Amino acid sequence: MNLFLDLWTVVAVVAGAFFFFAGTVGLLRFPDSLTRLHALSKADNLGLGLVVLGLLPQMDSVSAGFKLIGIWLLVLLSGATAAQWIARTLRQSDPGS
Amino acid sequence: MTAGTLFGLCAAVLIGVGLYGLIVNPHPLRKILAFNVVGSGVFLLFGAIAHRGAAAGMGGDPVPQALLITGIVVAFSATALAVALLLRLFDETGSVTLSSDAPAKAGNDSGAH
Amino acid sequence: MIEVLNFGLAALILGLAVWTIVAREAPAAVVGFIVYGLLLTLVWLQLQGIDVALTEAAIGGGLTGVLLISAAVRLRSTETTARAQRSSASTRWLAAALSAAVAGALAICVLALPEPAPTLAPQVLANIAVTEVGNPITAVLLAFRAMDTLLEAIVLMFVLIGVWSLAPDRAWGGRPGPLQQADPNGMLDYVARVLPPIGIVAGIYIFWIGADYPGGKFQGATILAAMWLLVMMAGLADAPPISRRWLRWLLVAGPLAFIAVGVIGAVTAGAFLSYPQGYAKTLILVIEFALMPTLTLVLGLMLLGAPLRGEAP
Repeated sequence: MNLFLDLWTVVAVVAGAFFFFAGTVGLLRFPDSLTRLHALSKADNLGLGLVVLGLLPQMDSVSAGFKLIGIWLLVLLSGATAAQWIARTLRQSDPGS
Repeated sequence: MTAGTLFGLCAAVLIGVGLYGLIVNPHPLRKILAFNVVGSGVFLLFGAIAHRGAAAGMGGDPVPQALLITGIVVAFSATALAVALLLRLFDETGSVTLSSDAPAKAGNDSGAH
Repeated sequence: MIEVLNFGLAALILGLAVWTIVAREAPAAVVGFIVYGLLLTLVWLQLQGIDVALTEAAIGGGLTGVLLISAAVRLRSTETTARAQRSSASTRWLAAALSAAVAGALAICVLALPEPAPTLAPQVLANIAVTEVGNPITAVLLAFRAMDTLLEAIVLMFVLIGVWSLAPDRAWGGRPGPLQQADPNGMLDYVARVLPPIGIVAGIYIFWIGADYPGGKFQGATILAAMWLLVMMAGLADAPPISRRWLRWLLVAGPLAFIAVGVIGAVTAGAFLSYPQGYAKTLILVIEFALMPTLTLVLGLMLLGAPLRGEAP
């Protein structure tokens, strides 16, 4: 059982790290601010979500697990707000695109 | 190289970098920013010394760490006062130059003079 | 493996510090400084200073970053004239030599630190049972070095008076910060309605848990001040005029309660700020409850700055 849980942690955290890596590559290589925002929000949602899912079996108590999920939801909220706001500002300053 | 020594050396370089920025940057807000870098370098140096004092089951000496918490709060308040002074200078004279041959302000202080 | 992590963190921090100094635009430099503060939080975790990490993330990265970036945006028009006043090459070389000398002297001191490192941890552990708190840093802040915390609260009062005294005559005693328009369909409105209940619970939890686990009133008060600032920035509440009596009474209640506890200690236990036997936890709780609203208001008001809008007659 322990081996299976550890394997789950390794696989999920590596997948989350891949999404973070992909988001960073997108930030550096995409041509335009709106597409870069798209890359960054993937890193936020999927990357952090997979890392949290992977770390859940390693927690000692259920409340610590709920705290991890709460952290992920708060990061989602702040990331989504920032992305919406930046996109709206970009849209207003450049109405042709 | 232990964590304490590594971060102590890192803190020494941070203080040097911040000092250079404090002297060289002409804009006062960048000077305040460089001052904050120097401050965080000093705190990091103190923290590395606290980490070396790990004993009796604790990860670090608690007395320097408590002093650091006080220090971070007081550094923030000093930055707040400096920024308020800078913004008032900007509102009064329209520029933020610190040189003594600045153009005289246009008397836009609507005070009771 | 930990070595690689430490080296990576140190390299990133040095790179971000250099970026903060040499970046061309002030807002870019401030954003670099905020990221630098968050990475410094990770360094504090590596140095086993969890309370300091919480304080650095909240105040060093968060509040200082908000303060500096709002100032950078307001001062954006002064950047080109300031850039024209760049120092000459000889000044830069002298400054570089001086900075290298200071960094080198400090590095030599770091490498020459005494080997059995002197520490006060055993003494703290030996005396902590009397204070009835479990977190050694809270015991140091509120029992062994309570005088430092009292003086720090008074320094914060002085800084607030200094910031308030920078108000122009027409706005004396008025409301700090510009008037924010509430936009019911905006993003900020949504976040300012959803986040504060969560933030207030988190702030009070961190304040309460600081007695036995990492946390404490500074970190908790910063979260509460941040929620208050968020509500004001969204236009859902306005900054109070600084001449209001309730505001000033709440501000001085913290240090006054602290001094009163100190006088009680002087009368009953022999020295200023010493605690009589068996009442240590009660008196510590009194101090913390009185200081929480004071710290929240002080941190929020220092960020808002000097009053800019006079009172409507």
